[in-house]
Amino acid sequence: MTEPAKSKTIRVTVDGIEYTRDVEARTLLVRFIREALNHTGTHFGCDTGHCGSCSVIVDGKVVKSCMVLAVQADGADIETVEGLANPDGSLHPIQQAFSQYHALQCGFCTPGVLMAAKYLLETNPHPNEEEIRRGIKGNLCRCTGYVNIVRAIQSLANEEEVRV
Amino acid sequence: MSQTLTEDKVSIKTWSGQSIPRKEDGRLVKGQGRFADDIRRHHEAHVYLLRSPYGHARIRAVDVSAAEAAPGVIATLTGAEVHFLQKPFMQIAPLPGGYIEDYCLAVDKVRFMGEPVVAVLAETAEAARDAADLVEVDYEPLPALITGEDALKDDGPVLHGKVGSNVVWHGLYDWGSIDEAKRKADKIVKIDRLHFHRFTSTPIECNAAVVEYYPGSEEYTIWCNNTMPQFAAMFMGPALGIPTDRMHFITQDIGGSFGNKITNYVYIAICAILAKKSGRPVRWTEYRTDHILGGSHGNERTFLDIEVPVKNDGTILGIDARAIDDCGAYPRYEPLGSVIWSQVVPGAYQFRNVRVDYTQVVTNKCPVGPNRGYSRLQHLWMLERVIDIVAHELNLDAVAIRKQNYIQPEQMPYETPNGCVYDSGDYPRCLDLALDLIHYDHWRQRQRELSGTGKLIGIGIGSTLDSGTNNFGQARIINHDLPFSGNGEVSNVKLDLYGEVVVTIGTTPQGQGHETTAAQVVADLLGLHPDQVRVLIGHDNGRNVYTGFSGTYASQFAVTGLGAVRGAALKLKNEIELLAAGIFGAAPDAIELVDGTARVKGKAEMAIPFIGLANIVFANNATIPDGLDVSLNCTYTYRPSFKIPDVERKFGNLTLTYATQIHACVIEVDEATGETKILEYGAADDSGTLIHPQIVEGQVHGAAGLGIGAALYEALEYDAEGQMISPNFYAYKAVTAVDVPMIKTAAIESPSPFSPNGAKGMGEGGGAPLHAICSALQDVMYQRTRAIVSDSYNPAERVYRLLRQSETANRGVHVIENRA
Repeated sequence: MTEPAKSKTIRVTVDGIEYTRDVEARTLLVRFIREALNHTGTHFGCDTGHCGSCSVIVDGKVVKSCMVLAVQADGADIETVEGLANPDGSLHPIQQAFSQYHALQCGFCTPGVLMAAKYLLETNPHPNEEEIRRGIKGNLCRCTGYVNIVRAIQSLANEEEVRV
Repeated sequence: MSQTLTEDKVSIKTWSGQSIPRKEDGRLVKGQGRFADDIRRHHEAHVYLLRSPYGHARIRAVDVSAAEAAPGVIATLTGAEVHFLQKPFMQIAPLPGGYIEDYCLAVDKVRFMGEPVVAVLAETAEAARDAADLVEVDYEPLPALITGEDALKDDGPVLHGKVGSNVVWHGLYDWGSIDEAKRKADKIVKIDRLHFHRFTSTPIECNAAVVEYYPGSEEYTIWCNNTMPQFAAMFMGPALGIPTDRMHFITQDIGGSFGNKITNYVYIAICAILAKKSGRPVRWTEYRTDHILGGSHGNERTFLDIEVPVKNDGTILGIDARAIDDCGAYPRYEPLGSVIWSQVVPGAYQFRNVRVDYTQVVTNKCPVGPNRGYSRLQHLWMLERVIDIVAHELNLDAVAIRKQNYIQPEQMPYETPNGCVYDSGDYPRCLDLALDLIHYDHWRQRQRELSGTGKLIGIGIGSTLDSGTNNFGQARIINHDLPFSGNGEVSNVKLDLYGEVVVTIGTTPQGQGHETTAAQVVADLLGLHPDQVRVLIGHDNGRNVYTGFSGTYASQFAVTGLGAVRGAALKLKNEIELLAAGIFGAAPDAIELVDGTARVKGKAEMAIPFIGLANIVFANNATIPDGLDVSLNCTYTYRPSFKIPDVERKFGNLTLTYATQIHACVIEVDEATGETKILEYGAADDSGTLIHPQIVEGQVHGAAGLGIGAALYEALEYDAEGQMISPNFYAYKAVTAVDVPMIKTAAIESPSPFSPNGAKGMGEGGGAPLHAICSALQDVMYQRTRAIVSDSYNPAERVYRLLRQSETANRGVHVIENRA
């Protein structure tokens, strides 16, 4: 019987840049992003997939990157908070709205909430309040009581055409 | 741009008072914040902490040989080694409570589930965790002590043998004459027991540190998220034998604290020992489970034998009670909480007679630490429970009894029975605003209409004060020998080489927007746009701007932090005016600062930009006007005016400002399941003069969100053997976006006469949602079984039970007619 592979070479695209790296089979995607690639914008807040601060978009779907092994992301296209702003540094409308509505305080959960909000608006451009709350239910924030997060997303949901 | 336009722009407004976009947001929304776990050092090594699976056990033996032989392991650290390398951390309690010995790793005994026992340092975090599995610890389990009441029994376990009991601190607080009040009362309302439960704010960023030791200067560099670093240094220095000047603390972005990160110095000490032992930069980040098991919990408090003398018209004359506070296995910041509650002895009310017999005990649970609303919220919750119970038992209106007993605006400033001075405020008006927010009249009407239909509507009120800017002299009430008093914060405001305006503060913000508000204050004083003011991120004692109190905790930045910034900016302004006056041969008071330029009023040609001033002082000083001694580098320490309290009478002014928060809510309870749904939630806030209204409102939202979570969903519970049954986010149900309603807010501004800018510290919120939701649940119960809401935590199952409590059951409340 052959031993299962303990490591593997994977190729992923993160925020438009392609990386090829050897990873231990057990490495979580969030640790790969933070430690192997040193993209520290994506945060790690719990061991259990609840807090959502590690949320990224993998092949168009929002996922908690602590719930995915890096090897499972082989070949994937990954968007993180660090790729959200425009190349000239100007803010994405979601980032802008979060700042305008004071939807962040300490900013630790924010990278994950932004990605969840982006996915929500991509899949449902005009969510009502209840849909917004359900859309970010998987992201814990201890600073805002969620009030201004909901308002920030509402401000985009009410636009005729949501630029995402 | 013409000069006139610029002048208009400056003259028509001040930056203070406006909700400008936060300076912090630019980096935080891009994922460019730098948090403690984002720090990378060349050749770093990783710590994993093996923790106790028992609540209480003797450590018979620890064998780390297999772990040390494991791949990638650099070093291990055990309690036996720590016993030699560390002196016990300082205790705040006087003897015998002060005999408690607290080390960074368990020595001989473990006293709570999750207490660190062995540290493993390895090349990777994974290798450290793997190797920890190979450590063998031989435990002899001991009976665990779980409740504060049990801790006082004679036949139970004693956690710290040398103390002789489980009491950390005991004191009798006695002001006015409660016995006389009882004689004068028409009735005495007796409440057997009220219990304030254990929960915590659990910031989404766990504790973390990177510690590097440089033998050349024997200096430790500590990148971390501790929120009171010089307090940490005061604990770590003597314990580890490190002079405080050799501990270089650096905090940058901090992912929430709510007080919880003040006591993480215990873990930083482990990292410091390992950094020296291994010669490697040491990186440690707590896992969530470890944070909930061993981070920092909020104080659990039980009130017993509460007696409330009242007049038939609802006038409350006083309160008599016993309080047992459970601080977990080691006191650490405690027993400071045993006096901090007395900042708000009468809450918002006028009664003058108070006796509280207060005991703090240790139990086999995680040590507590300051947690949003720290120590006052437990007391304020008890008071609000008393008000509602008295109102209902005497058949009085819950709004009317509050308004009748509130301290009135014309009584401000108001000295409380224990000498605290409430600076300003209008409680009745705040209550009216909160009631308007929830459409009070409409819901009272609906409640009557729905009576008997099975739909249960409850309306509740939570009146709280957010006391801010501690007088640390109150610590002497706990321990007469403690050399603490007053408070203070430091700021430096300077011009840099090319005239850049740079602000440094000793604080450790975690989302409170210090960079933004400090820039507003400086911009107003120096005639700038806030974008022209750079505020350095976080605390760094290498910048030489701190006091022993520096940090961000206890609702004080708007007073102490901005007081320091204001003082330093005024000093710099003065220097700039002197320098410009010397250059132009004008009087200093003829100089004005506009748009980064100092100029003689009314003479546009006599102007010099800040870059010119900086050049003269920093690189061209042969041109300094004769006799001028300016540095353009100005430091100011803000010190509120405090006296040392009278420790015998436990009397004195303990805090400088008192923000008001009055919350009101409407709930619907599902009779079949006991589930509570919040239909309306309103928070009226009075934080004095507002510097940045949006940030203040954000703090109100946040405190409300956490309070709602604590009232309905969040509890840290242990079984009889000391096993925590909620050690992760599966079981600890942190409140989510679907659990909280749209919180409505209203604000008034009653400027503080005592702070430099009229502002009041705020942000903690006094636990108002716990009070308001319990009040609303009580309102529901009085429509049914008349059960008493005696616990601060009311998940569906508890509400379900209360709804079904027998009407003949002992409710734990008795109204005694006073026939004397």
